[in-house]
Amino acid sequence: MNADVVVIGAGIVGAACARALARAGLSVVVLERGAAAGATSARGEGNLLVSDKAPGPELDLALHASADWPRLAAELADELGAAFPSVEYQRKGGVVVALTEAGAEPLRAFANGQAAAGVAVEHLDAAAALAFEPDLNPALTAAVHYPQDAQLQPVVAAEALLASARLAGATVLTGTEALGAVRDRAGRLVGVRTRAGDIGAGAVLVAAGPWSGDAAAALGADVPVRPRRGMVLVTARMAQRVRHKVYDGDYFGATQSAAADLQTSSVVESTPGRTVLIGSSREQIGFDDRLRVEVLAQIARRAVRLFPFLADTPVIRAYGGFRPYMPDHLPVVGPDHRHPGLWHATGHEGAGIGLAGVTASLLCAQLTGTEPPLDPAPFQLARPSLAAHLGGTP
Amino acid sequence: MSELVPRAADPIRPAAASPLRITVDGATLEGLQGQSIAGVLLAHGRTAWRTTVAGHPRGAFCGIGVCFDCVATVNGESDVRTCMRRARDGDAVETQDDGTSNDGTEPGERP
Amino acid sequence: MSVSVLVIGAGPAGLSAAVAAADAGAMVTLLDAGDGLGGQYWRHLPPERSSVREARLHHGWPLFERLRERVAADEAITVLTEAQVWAVETTGAVTVRVLVGPADAAGREPLALAADAIVFATGAHDRTLPFPGWNLPGTFSAGAAQALAKGERIAVGRRAVVAGAGPFLLPVARSLTDAGAEVLGVYEAARPLHAAKGWLARPHRLLGAARKGPELAGYLGHHLRRRIPYRLGAAVVEARGEGRVEEAVIARLDADWAPVPGTERTVAVDAVCVSHGFTPRLELPIAAGCRTGPDRFVLVDADQRTSVPGVYAAGEITGIGGVDAALVEGRIAGHRAAGGDRSALRADLRRRRAADDVARRIEAAHGVRPGWRAWLRDDTVVCRCEEVPYGRLRDTAAATAQDSLRSLKLTTRAGLGICQARMCGRTVEELTGAAPASAADTSDQRPLAAPIRLGDLAGLATTPHGGKDTQ
Repeated sequence: MNADVVVIGAGIVGAACARALARAGLSVVVLERGAAAGATSARGEGNLLVSDKAPGPELDLALHASADWPRLAAELADELGAAFPSVEYQRKGGVVVALTEAGAEPLRAFANGQAAAGVAVEHLDAAAALAFEPDLNPALTAAVHYPQDAQLQPVVAAEALLASARLAGATVLTGTEALGAVRDRAGRLVGVRTRAGDIGAGAVLVAAGPWSGDAAAALGADVPVRPRRGMVLVTARMAQRVRHKVYDGDYFGATQSAAADLQTSSVVESTPGRTVLIGSSREQIGFDDRLRVEVLAQIARRAVRLFPFLADTPVIRAYGGFRPYMPDHLPVVGPDHRHPGLWHATGHEGAGIGLAGVTASLLCAQLTGTEPPLDPAPFQLARPSLAAHLGGTP
Repeated sequence: MSELVPRAADPIRPAAASPLRITVDGATLEGLQGQSIAGVLLAHGRTAWRTTVAGHPRGAFCGIGVCFDCVATVNGESDVRTCMRRARDGDAVETQDDGTSNDGTEPGERP
Repeated sequence: MSVSVLVIGAGPAGLSAAVAAADAGAMVTLLDAGDGLGGQYWRHLPPERSSVREARLHHGWPLFERLRERVAADEAITVLTEAQVWAVETTGAVTVRVLVGPADAAGREPLALAADAIVFATGAHDRTLPFPGWNLPGTFSAGAAQALAKGERIAVGRRAVVAGAGPFLLPVARSLTDAGAEVLGVYEAARPLHAAKGWLARPHRLLGAARKGPELAGYLGHHLRRRIPYRLGAAVVEARGEGRVEEAVIARLDADWAPVPGTERTVAVDAVCVSHGFTPRLELPIAAGCRTGPDRFVLVDADQRTSVPGVYAAGEITGIGGVDAALVEGRIAGHRAAGGDRSALRADLRRRRAADDVARRIEAAHGVRPGWRAWLRDDTVVCRCEEVPYGRLRDTAAATAQDSLRSLKLTTRAGLGICQARMCGRTVEELTGAAPASAADTSDQRPLAAPIRLGDLAGLATTPHGGKDTQ
């Protein structure tokens, strides 16, 4: 078997890249060692956020994604038809809330910085915030509305992108692991070995989320992506009293921090299934997936502080997953400068669902030599902020 | 119709338990000490008390706390398995309708 | 210092484990989510309505009374009822998180319990295959009909049919008639030849299963006296009615359980009671890390030890064997968990072999056969909580080319509802051929084993082991 591009990983980022590459006319084989959309993509919340991102390259990526998802969601719906479940794209907007005096000013300042970078931002006083979210803790000290924040059903989104990739000609092999590199006499990467035989490839893209380090290692390369565990709580179905994606301001601290200890911030949102999702924790504990009640309790404490009425609501499910994060908190989207023929699309941490589409456009443009949707330089593996974390050339 | 075995006709002859009263959506139902809330409802011939999202009636199905079909709001606490909860005198039971939302908006809809 | 043993579940297996562990010198804590002892097998009237004649409703009632009196009187055994285990942590010693108080209430007392050994005896619930109308009020699991009759003296209907598969249907019919209902028939899906092969091969072995033979003979005698038709190779394939069950459609089945066209007939009923076997309640042992086998029961060795050191399992979670197996497995588990000598167990080990034989016979005779899918229609609800119809489940699986359970659940919502796939999990797996990605990803996995209110979760203590009452 041969392909122009072998994509390793059938999560949402691999699926989106496979789709973009196949629609660009390349032959694509997707290798997934487990099940499609079965790991990180199936264990998050489906965020498409601009509100949590400070001005910089990731915010630029998020703004592109925010502008692009309505088109992408409509395109997928048209292409896949009514039999395919909806990706449940909802541009419901985010409301970020500070509940302490100390938290009010940093939130306002953060929002003003974002506004300067092109984010739609609306400062809310307490009365306005309570008009937006009547059941919010009235003791709030500051609130900001981010109308661009949106929500997706992450597994349906990943499956839809993958189904669309198949329609564009991509082959998806689940239960198939990339075991190693196939190299030509010059040592150049020209394919991957699998239990089902070698697959020749003009390019190999590693899009294996938090497992990208292992996938790259099998090909003789390294990428400094690490797993970060996140837990989410799901309530019983209930009358909907949470209208937006609602966060406490501490969320920023958690996403921007590399500290290894447990951090939680409250992210509360309703779903079309009439449940409320409550996230989320961030722990650097490797791939340890054991339940820790203290983590759930901390998430619950913050959620109840934000929405006191939730105290009476039963939690029926808890799930957790591993998010891929880079030491400098920026995804890697582009070629491996040390290994010709090897490419990466990983490191999106908790933002991969929302950023998958624009990541695919950015990757595809670089790989096919077309005009990228935004400057790819900040997302290169060769960037200075990663230099200390990379191994050498072979 | 579901019913309580009349004590006089029951060869088992359970002890005569004291009566209790609960309200279901405001209406008073008489029961016996020791009955579950689902038991009180079934003893009155009520086999359904919840309404699903699609608008269909549900009541007890598994009877042992596994299926959660029989949940109701008890004394203000939602999603109580009525087959597992003993009725207490004065319990206020409200039936749950999963199809309604109390502010009238659909989930996810913006104000 | 004596060994501490925590027993979870106070049905036959758990009660016998608790007593055996205490006999072997352990300090025992026995938990049950219900407010009485005896589990589903000895489900009985509440103390306010007790009766000296209650034994008539049960098999082995004197044994239950002895066990109940013993655990109440023995100072080495602490009994906690209304104790709902909602999570198991394994980051340190296996720790069981419990809420004690009225079912699903807010503000129940939280406990975090650890012990030198844990015995899981969480039992099983009946499995009901979906059929059109099984979501109509008036359709009950057979277990519900029995639990309500024995535990509350409620007849779920006046005119009932009992259907499904397995020897459990007979005591259910008996419980219904004893509660005054008219049972129009018992419809067993297994065909006569299958049933006979399972039950009649090596009948001498049945003699070793002390209670099973006479118990079944008793039910059949009851049937004959009451003239209740007992039809093999037949099933309720549909329940109909406006807002509640008014009719049941009964059809003959072929050897694969597919309805034979043209054999349908309709009977007027107000209750349909259905069970097609049992599903073990595995979430707690799985959360504790116990390995399960290909047949989806907890793997145990001759001492009832699971794959996790210090964790034992007994009763239906290790194989559907009925009360004899549960009692003997509980004794072995409790005795060994307490550090008791194996040489004291010879007779029990022999009894367990006989009980295992009964379990194999039940499966051979009554195991679910794939033809039942033929009674599904596109609009037949498969997942009761989320009202996911069969057609959508099938079409979404096809549209996503998906063969993994996790994605299918999340794209269809089947199994995502409040029962957490307890009702539909295995059915969804069978209907879609979806495989769990790993043993930890089956529909039996539930990290939250029961709902907990957010305020109660928020209020939990934050000490290293989390609870205030760690043993």
